[in-house]
Parts: sequence; C-alpha cells; structure tokens
Amino acid sequence: MSYVCIVLVSLGSLFLLGGCVGILRMPDFYTRLHPAGKLDTLGTMLMVLGLALYNLESFSFDHLLLSVKMLLIVGFVFMSSPTATHAIVDAGIRAGLVPWSRKK
Amino acid sequence: MSNFFLVVAIFLCCLIVLTLYRAVVGPTVLDRLVGANAIGSKTVVILLLIGFLYGRIEMFVDIAITYTLLNFIAVLGAARYFYKKKG
Repeated sequence: MSYVCIVLVSLGSLFLLGGCVGILRMPDFYTRLHPAGKLDTLGTMLMVLGLALYNLESFSFDHLLLSVKMLLIVGFVFMSSPTATHAIVDAGIRAGLVPWSRKK
Repeated sequence: MSNFFLVVAIFLCCLIVLTLYRAVVGPTVLDRLVGANAIGSKTVVILLLIGFLYGRIEMFVDIAITYTLLNFIAVLGAARYFYKKKG
C-alpha cells in the first residue's frame, strides 16, 4: 500500500510540474488555460487519491471516514476545476481577447 | 514516509513560487486569474501533506475541503466580474 501511495504522489507531482511549465511558457491566454485546466486537475486527483490510500494503511472506522472525505475532495475537484476553466474562457471571449496565431 | 511527504511539500512550494510569476506579471487580468486558480489547487494538496506531517489529518482534511470550495467560488466570482471588461 505504501508503494502505491509513493507512485501515485510522484505521478501527481510530475503532472503538476508539467502544468506549471505550461502555464509559464505558453504564448497566449487561451493556450495557457489548456495545461492549467487539465494537468492541475489530474495531478491534484492523483495526489489526493494516493494520500487517501496511505491513510487507509492502519484500518479503522475513523481512518475510513477521513479517506471518504479525501475522496469527496477528489470528486469535487473533478467537477469544479473544468467548470472554473470554462468560466474563465467564457469571460475571455466576452472581453474580446483574440486567440494567438503565428502570423500577425 | 514523513521525509517523502516533506520533500513533496517543498517541491510543491517551489512550483507555487514559479506559478506566482504568472499571477503577478501576467499580461491580462485573466492570466492572473489562471495563476491564482493553479496556486489554489496546489495549496489543497499542501494542506493535506501538512496534516500528515503534523499527525492532525482529521483537522486538516476539513480545512482542505473548505479551501477547495472557496477557490472554486472565488474563481467563478472573479470570472463573472471581468465578464465585459477588456482584460
């Protein structure tokens, strides 16, 4: 169980690193939302899932309740993060920001 | 295992410092909003890691749930506020 937790947390931090690089280096506002929306969601979900599995190592009712709460965080992040990304894109389009293209 | 959690938490703090660049000097307001959203989603994981490090996970998991909800509502509110303003 502990090794599964280590693998999940390491994979999640790798995804968060990719999202951070994407946010820093992408050329446009819309393209920056692509790594920010996807990689942060997946990285957060993997890391919290790994921590919930680590919490279940010593099994009791209290630990089970805590792990269910962490799974609630996972489910809420899965719903809320794409919704927030969509709201930001909608605000950008309504504000009149033009998508980036290579030839100006 | 505690050392591993400490290393991961420090790594996430470094990522937050890098993302803070986009939140501070982003060309438009919505870029700053993207940076703030990314920082918030990393902070939830850091709160859980702090809970495991201190051995008080039953308290920190509630704080993490609250922070997730607050981050979502703050981003939605800010996106609605900048609905018709040119970035």
